[in-house]
Amino acid sequence: MHIPDGFLDAKTAVAGGVIAATGLGVALAGVRRTVPPRHIPLIGLAAAFVFAAQMLNFPVAGGTSGHLIGAVLAAILLGPSAAVLVMSAVLILQCLMFADGGVTALGANVFDMALVAPLVGWLTYEMLRRATGDGSRGRLFATAFAAWCSTVAAAISCAGQLALSGTVDWRVALPAMAGVHMLIGLGEALITTLVVATVVRSRPELLLAHREPGLRPQGGTLLVHGLLVALGLAVFVAPFACGWPDGLEKVAVTLGFEQRAAASPVLGAPLPDYAIPGLGSGPASTAIAGAAGTLVAFVVAWVLAILLAPRPGAGGRAVKGGDASASRAS
Amino acid sequence: MHRALLEPYQHRSSPVHQLPAALKCAGALAFVFSVVLLPRASWPAYAAGGAALLAVAALSRVPARRLGARLLLVEPFALGVALLSLLQPDGARVFAATLTKSTLCLFAMVLLAATTRFSDILRVLWSARVPALLVTTLALMHRYLFVLVDEMARMQRARRGRTFTRGRVSLWHSSATVIAHLFVRSSERAERIYSAMCARGWRT
Repeated sequence: MHIPDGFLDAKTAVAGGVIAATGLGVALAGVRRTVPPRHIPLIGLAAAFVFAAQMLNFPVAGGTSGHLIGAVLAAILLGPSAAVLVMSAVLILQCLMFADGGVTALGANVFDMALVAPLVGWLTYEMLRRATGDGSRGRLFATAFAAWCSTVAAAISCAGQLALSGTVDWRVALPAMAGVHMLIGLGEALITTLVVATVVRSRPELLLAHREPGLRPQGGTLLVHGLLVALGLAVFVAPFACGWPDGLEKVAVTLGFEQRAAASPVLGAPLPDYAIPGLGSGPASTAIAGAAGTLVAFVVAWVLAILLAPRPGAGGRAVKGGDASASRAS
Repeated sequence: MHRALLEPYQHRSSPVHQLPAALKCAGALAFVFSVVLLPRASWPAYAAGGAALLAVAALSRVPARRLGARLLLVEPFALGVALLSLLQPDGARVFAATLTKSTLCLFAMVLLAATTRFSDILRVLWSARVPALLVTTLALMHRYLFVLVDEMARMQRARRGRTFTRGRVSLWHSSATVIAHLFVRSSERAERIYSAMCARGWRT
């Protein structure tokens, strides 16, 4: 999802940069105010941890592999402000040291993956956790669904930026990005939930966001962040949310591009072209396809939570796991 | 693959390596911004920029093979996004222009990373008044990135040495466990690092 240089025009790059810089500044102020000094090294190490975890590949069907993005994982483990800082640091290092993601697109990339992804994920997680109570099954369900939502939200924002720049048409960008990332989001949900379940089972005290009162998000910081995300999405995505241009449709049909459009995603989407075949391709069927995808993710998250929640009789394993990890650390 | 990815800096004693880091950063930034802001069809300017980059690359005496390998590592991402731009009216021209632009910018950033230590770039950020907390986070991240990647590789090797089945389900489960324990070890390491920092007189 890293946008390279040359894909965004000046207005999109500047808008992304301004919103990202403001969001990062708010997060820095929030961390400086609330995080005690002894956790400052942890934020740096968490950034290195997210980077290292992104390098671990998971096999997906057909020889392809995916990896963790880690925004929701960071938000759940460290709290939202620290997660914004951690994900921004990861993106800045990837951009400066590894040329992964463009310099001029850094603002847009930070907005997608360091503001939208952790904050949408955190808000979903908190709302679901309040709704389902404080049990471990509810927490795992909230984790899984939040990871899926954050991945898809970041992808839609990225599609909006590409479309606003005139690089990729919205009618191609949205199905390609959202469709593929609805699948990637399932993988992200699975990994994030497995990791959170393991951490909770072996070292529950490490979930900083739930332990340190200072690390709980402060209303003001969260409010400004929420406003920034809403503003950014309004700038990047809202222009396309209604009024579908159908000039391209005609060109695509006459030039025979339609097959290529459907074949372009690396993974075949379950609802090809983000539209249900019988209904034709219009806003209504796009909405239905999106709703169906969301429903599937919801059910998957619920099943995952039931499978991974600790049984009442499994208490001994937690103690053993904790001892083993403590003695191995040197 | 990890070695090529994690070692961008190529040690040489060339004139390019000895330039001040601030100058190189400013030059790379100016180059990237001007390439991005050029109109789509300015092919002579692209050719001139490419020639300038090749001249700098030759001056820096960085092995062409390493530069090429790093470019090839990051190019697929650009190519993937660029392919989407084919699917619109006049797509081929947009495709060629964006791909050329992004390749030039990638080349400039790969050259910058190959001739400048990251600690020098951090010093430039510091003197450019980037917030101290962000620079500290970046410095800690860069310092411990290699430690954590090695630690993860060790855990994976240990896991491979102990599991005989290679089912996809068990692979996902054990890889997620590796990530979880990497986090546990990182937070324990962070506590030791904080004590060490305090012992050496660190103040916030």
